Amino acid sequence: MNNTPFTFTAENLKKAETIVAKYPAGRQQSAVLPLLDIAQRQNDNWLSKEALQGVADYLEMPLVRVYEVASFYTMFNLKPVGKHLLQFCCTTPCWLRGSDDVENACIDHLGVGLGETTADNQFTLMRVECLGACVNAPVVQINDDFYEDLTPQKMVTVLEDLKAGKKPQYGSQIGRQFSAPIKQAG
Amino acid sequence: MLQERDKIFTNLYGQADWGLKGAKKRGIWSNTKEMLALGREKIIEDVKNSGLRGRGGAGFSTGMKWSFMPKEAGEKPHYLVVNADESEPGTCKDRDILRHDPHRLLEGCVIGSFAIGAKACYIYIRGEFYNEASNIQVAIEEAYQAGLIGKNACGSGEDIDIYLHRGAGAYICGEETALMESLEGKKGQPRLKPPFPAGVGLYGCPTTINNVETIAVVPEILRRGASWFEALGKPKNSGTKIFCISGHVNTPCNVEEEMGIPLKELIEKHAGGVRGGWDNLLAIIPGGSSVPMLPKSICDDVCMDFDSLRAVQSGLGTAGIIVMDKSTDIVKAIARLSHFYMHESCGQCTPCREGTGWMWRMMEKLAVGDAKPADIDRLLEVTKQIEGHTICALGDAAAWPIQGLIRHFRPEIERRMHLAKQAA
Repeated sequence: MNNTPFTFTAENLKKAETIVAKYPAGRQQSAVLPLLDIAQRQNDNWLSKEALQGVADYLEMPLVRVYEVASFYTMFNLKPVGKHLLQFCCTTPCWLRGSDDVENACIDHLGVGLGETTADNQFTLMRVECLGACVNAPVVQINDDFYEDLTPQKMVTVLEDLKAGKKPQYGSQIGRQFSAPIKQAG
Repeated sequence: MLQERDKIFTNLYGQADWGLKGAKKRGIWSNTKEMLALGREKIIEDVKNSGLRGRGGAGFSTGMKWSFMPKEAGEKPHYLVVNADESEPGTCKDRDILRHDPHRLLEGCVIGSFAIGAKACYIYIRGEFYNEASNIQVAIEEAYQAGLIGKNACGSGEDIDIYLHRGAGAYICGEETALMESLEGKKGQPRLKPPFPAGVGLYGCPTTINNVETIAVVPEILRRGASWFEALGKPKNSGTKIFCISGHVNTPCNVEEEMGIPLKELIEKHAGGVRGGWDNLLAIIPGGSSVPMLPKSICDDVCMDFDSLRAVQSGLGTAGIIVMDKSTDIVKAIARLSHFYMHESCGQCTPCREGTGWMWRMMEKLAVGDAKPADIDRLLEVTKQIEGHTICALGDAAAWPIQGLIRHFRPEIERRMHLAKQAA
């Protein structure tokens, strides 16, 4: 294990200063969510104890308060994850439109289950609750981006592209204009 | 049906430029200074007269809410907080405002802040909306550069700052007091009310929290007049509304329509109808996952507004419409929602923390018929024990979908028990 203390990069320190300045003097704790987000991005998309300590020191908060927050919100990863974090929305609007099939297509294609990471550290699979893109269901979030209107085949295509080092276009996978209704044939 | 000229969200689908240039072409920021010159009282009066009710789910009069704030800011500053933590299953309307019409929201923030005497406004956006947050941030920077916000905002003589704050994944932060806790850098656990936010809110200061859509429609209300907005929709349910139509329809979509539009018309005109035709409809959840479902017989002629839906023991909520056709495993569909509430319970109140898990486990049993008819009554009783016995409404929201299921589909739940018994 690497136990070297966590410090923000110079660029991230600047970002942190800008963020803390958004809140009234003495209320720097308000910045804990955005700073944890920055720390996580700097630390291969997960928060080690050192990273939590780094944020705690920066905001002059007890470590336990930072940990309490980090463990409450689902977007903070307290364990290492792969390069591509796949989060399957499984709530009713996505489920009605076949989210189970999309999820299973990934599991079959990558050979790992939910909560697991592929041996090459490329993909981690996770189930999440409603992502708030219900009219474009089913939806999968990959790192910062939503892939929408998926089918099992389209999902596999996205995976193949990621494996090949490409960045597939996020958003609707059937060429829809955002949340507009698709034109029906005939 | 809503006339094209009465639409507020003219860039709902991102068909045009969402930046400042495009926004100005759509009339945003055209006369903000004049609107602010109306003064606090007149703005609040106009918003009251327009009949605008909060678009985040509760449907409380926006003008009334604003009037609860102290008349003058004393030692403690006032805050406007915009709730962009859109997470109610079935709902994705604010997302389109955030990414495609951010300046419409910002203009509303300026007017709202001015009306309640706030010099700072925080927009709390759910963390998963990363790309949406990027657009808002760009829009904020554009607005600062153009002098629309910040010092002497819009030349009004008032300083109004707007800040974006990203959440990090917690449905409960959509509850206004949990949102404030989260904004203060804590776990998002709801506070007891009273005191209400208008007295003791963010950082202990007077605070108003409004939904994105609510704030975004305010400029148009002032621009076109309260009577214009009031004339749309139905009495006490006025204006336009963005509806999200998801599930088993041919063309799922978001669409802005008049309040009070018949549900069937809404789905057939905009969402391409129910998959397999209207007669293939089983049930609809009309206002986001928290409101009780309606069977087809009620869907046939119910109208989409606060009071019409309350009259059929449901609610408009966020206007997230989840359509389920006859192929749906209706018990499983609700069990999924029960899982959602269990996952999202903040753990503070015992009835909710323990009850949501209990209800989900029972729902999973009911889905496969592994229970006795008396268990249905027991489950119903548990929902009543949770409802109204928690600090916030998440407990109620977990109870209502199950109550709706039992109210309308009890024979289906019992049928599964018989089938399972026969198979055993």
